[in-house]
Amino acid sequence: MSETHRQAAERPPIKVGLFVTCLVDLFRPSVGFAALELLEQAGCVVEAPAGQTCCGQPAYNSGDPKAARAVAQGLLDTFEGYDYVVAPSGSCAGMIRYHLVELFADDPEKQHRARHLGARTHELVSFLVDILGVTALSARFEGVVAYHDSCSGLRELDIKTQPRRLLAGVEGLVLKELKEPEVCCGFGGTFCVKYPQISDAMVSNKLRDIEDAGAGTVLAGDLGCLMNMAGKASRSGSKVEFRHIAEVLAGTDGTPAIGRPNR
Amino acid sequence: MSAAREQILSGIRKSLGRGPLDETGMAPIRQRLQAPSRHIIPARVNLDAEGLVALFISKAKGVSASVDEVADMAAAPQAVARYLIKENLPARLVQAPGLADMDWSVAPTIEVRSGLAEEPDEVGLTPAVAGVAETGTLLLASGPETPTTLNFVPATHIVVLRRDQIVGPYEDAWDHLRANAEAAGSQPRAANFITGPSRTGDIEQKIEIGVHGPLRLHIVIVER
Amino acid sequence: MKTHPTSATFPSNASTALADPILQRALGNLKKGFPVKRAEVVADLPEFEALRDVARDIKDHTLNHLDAYLEIYEANVVQSGGQVHWARTAEEACETVMTICRDAGARIVTKGKSMVAEEIGLNNYLDTRGIERVETDLGEYIIQLRDEPPSHIIVPAVHVTKEQIGETFRAAHDGLDPNRDLTEPRDITDEARDRLRQKYFAAEVGITGANFLVAENGSSIIVTNEGNGDLTQTLAKVHIVVASLEKLVPTMEDAIAVLRLLARSSTGQEFSVYTTVSNGPKRPADLDGPEAYHVVLVDNGRTAMLGTENQDMLRCIRCAACMNHCPVYGAVGGHAYGWVYPGPMGAVLTPSLIGIENSGHLPHASTFCGHCEQVCPMKIPLTKMMRHYRNRAYASGHGSKIGRIALGAWSYLAARPALYRWVTKIAARGLGWFAGRRGSLSRVPLAGGWTEMRDLPAPEGETFMERYDRESRRKPRQEPRQEPQSGLGQ
Repeated sequence: MSETHRQAAERPPIKVGLFVTCLVDLFRPSVGFAALELLEQAGCVVEAPAGQTCCGQPAYNSGDPKAARAVAQGLLDTFEGYDYVVAPSGSCAGMIRYHLVELFADDPEKQHRARHLGARTHELVSFLVDILGVTALSARFEGVVAYHDSCSGLRELDIKTQPRRLLAGVEGLVLKELKEPEVCCGFGGTFCVKYPQISDAMVSNKLRDIEDAGAGTVLAGDLGCLMNMAGKASRSGSKVEFRHIAEVLAGTDGTPAIGRPNR
Repeated sequence: MSAAREQILSGIRKSLGRGPLDETGMAPIRQRLQAPSRHIIPARVNLDAEGLVALFISKAKGVSASVDEVADMAAAPQAVARYLIKENLPARLVQAPGLADMDWSVAPTIEVRSGLAEEPDEVGLTPAVAGVAETGTLLLASGPETPTTLNFVPATHIVVLRRDQIVGPYEDAWDHLRANAEAAGSQPRAANFITGPSRTGDIEQKIEIGVHGPLRLHIVIVER
Repeated sequence: MKTHPTSATFPSNASTALADPILQRALGNLKKGFPVKRAEVVADLPEFEALRDVARDIKDHTLNHLDAYLEIYEANVVQSGGQVHWARTAEEACETVMTICRDAGARIVTKGKSMVAEEIGLNNYLDTRGIERVETDLGEYIIQLRDEPPSHIIVPAVHVTKEQIGETFRAAHDGLDPNRDLTEPRDITDEARDRLRQKYFAAEVGITGANFLVAENGSSIIVTNEGNGDLTQTLAKVHIVVASLEKLVPTMEDAIAVLRLLARSSTGQEFSVYTTVSNGPKRPADLDGPEAYHVVLVDNGRTAMLGTENQDMLRCIRCAACMNHCPVYGAVGGHAYGWVYPGPMGAVLTPSLIGIENSGHLPHASTFCGHCEQVCPMKIPLTKMMRHYRNRAYASGHGSKIGRIALGAWSYLAARPALYRWVTKIAARGLGWFAGRRGSLSRVPLAGGWTEMRDLPAPEGETFMERYDRESRRKPRQEPRQEPQSGLGQ
């Protein structure tokens, strides 16, 4: 694979604050390291600042804007001073990009900071493609793969072609489209624990769609959706594996798939 | 008038945080109503007369209407007769009084009555105000010459449409109706935009053509 | 017929719905139908997106001047020989309709499909006052015979299979061969056509709803496919239009702009079969048409929505695109929502009209996937509005106690990074240890909502931040690599 590196030598490297998200931090650090790897490969200087926790979405979507503000306040402080803030999640990036401004509607000073932060915040794959102009990566992955469009990434951030473009360049990877790649998997944050039966019906449909497509591995850009689908697959004895797309793109897929036993 | 009326209107104003609109506040509203302006018109209707007729025909057929074209009004009765035979329908119809000058002597087998439609009339024949090429839609208006029952009661509705009545967007059709209404001094009681024969998807989403309204919509386009 | 809301028991309604194989089959048909057709016709109209902005602006303008337009509308109705009746409440609206029916000496009343009629409980009101009410929309007729409420706002009988309809017709229609064939939709449709024909001609009063009221000329517009609405209003001696205030638009041009979106969004047709503009009673020289024309303008909570965060909901044109695309509606169907309006639009409108205390679940029963907003022709910010209701519910202490405690604890931690690190470290370790080599947990204390239905993928054992700190100490991550692996374009 031929690659060109056309970053102007005199331009200072882009400084990226990596927001790994709470789910990645707690459940699947390898996604965070894959993101780090991809951003560094693309020539960015990357830091995962220590003050980061969560984007505040659980409280925000559960009707507790006060708590959400307290959490989001930390983001404003922690990610000051980076050219860009990048998260391996469409949902969290969307929260920072569009919703912090609403959250701080009554505080002009913080709202201004929130707007500034939002404008610099991107989801990982769309950042690589749309902002850094990455067109191909030297990755390998053997298998038939389906990409699930996570709702926030798809509808808030317009992430649809970018992951597919990068996956198309992964050696050995055969991309199969689901019949309904844009239908929600039933995760929905706290929705899946508040309405487990409905969520189960939705994720069961998703799993059926995946099985029908003949995909051995499903990739997505959000760990929440992946954990929901992987958890259902594990419970129902399905052989399908689930991974964050960053793991495949960075070639760090040595870790067992989500929810799979250690070999 | 009524207490309810006053309470609703004052409730609206209270919710909107203002009192009744004064003359300045009413000006844009009056302006909008006096000279209604069009919004976006689909580019698909940017066609010459020929193109509009072709679009109208293809759209009308796309919604299960059938279309026939004849050279002039004198040829229309035969076209209607042909259609009735082809569809195995009785040679009997009710026509809108507005079509009184159609000369049925060329199709003597057809029994024609003029007036409104009732049960068990099976075929209704009417003129139209316009044909809308945008979606193959007809615009019909009620009046003494064009009773509305003809459009809905008989299972077969045949419409005679002059070629020069075919316009691009709905707005053009409505302008015709507005002009007619202005000339007549009153609007029609009913204006019907009709796009194909009646249909339903109420049973398991399966489309069935022909429910309460006509099962068949046949359009005879007259060249001149 | 059930008229009181059961929205409060949404979870158990949903369970029942999920366990109903017939309903699940019907919902499967719905998902495969409308969204596919909508996508086709939308793709065929490049102006669709721009028209959504236009439509939103038309309605916003109208709502912000609603009082003025209503007065002008009323004057124009009167000028064309009709009458306007104002109703503050459901009760007032029903009484008004009943009074008109009584004055007309009505025994038989035909009725087109009207969601606002469902909302105000008109059906039951007429039924219990000696009126023979005949629903003329095929779907509504079916559920009337089955004594059920609608489960969808444009295909009210979407939950019923053709076999069930066949049985219903056999039981309800006497005087016909009991062994007649009713297996196909065609047979059923023909039988309904025959039955209802007599009713149209016999009815003293015909009631329809309205998709639009036009201020410019005092007209009401209904949009239908079956032709039942037209027969209803043309053949009865009296035509009553029951419409809520927000149906108003200023001009025909405004109505037409929104009409370009309505059918496309709704059934995936470019235009519905019948778009009928009605203006007053029959003119003196007319051969047909109703002798009287009444409009009952229903408020029932609308004016209170104006000027609030709920005002945007008044743009709704009842196309049902939101529910046709909603994965939650697609899983549980309309009846689970427990009142007249289901799906995402119902999740917002229902609390606005019957109170959040009676419908607290509805704004929560969404994954916020945003598909509803994406397809809403009127650009109603449905998720944002559901979130407002969640805020209100939370502020007034509704919802599960455990949920509130868990969320509170999480938020407390997330606002304190040092403590957060420490707790997440222990949690990752603990859960990782608990899972051992299995990779997933099938039971986790306090996570029953999750593990009831699915396993919980186990943490890797170390948090990201822990490992990052460790690796950063060993190998400072400062300089970018000299040989980047990626191709950087412009």
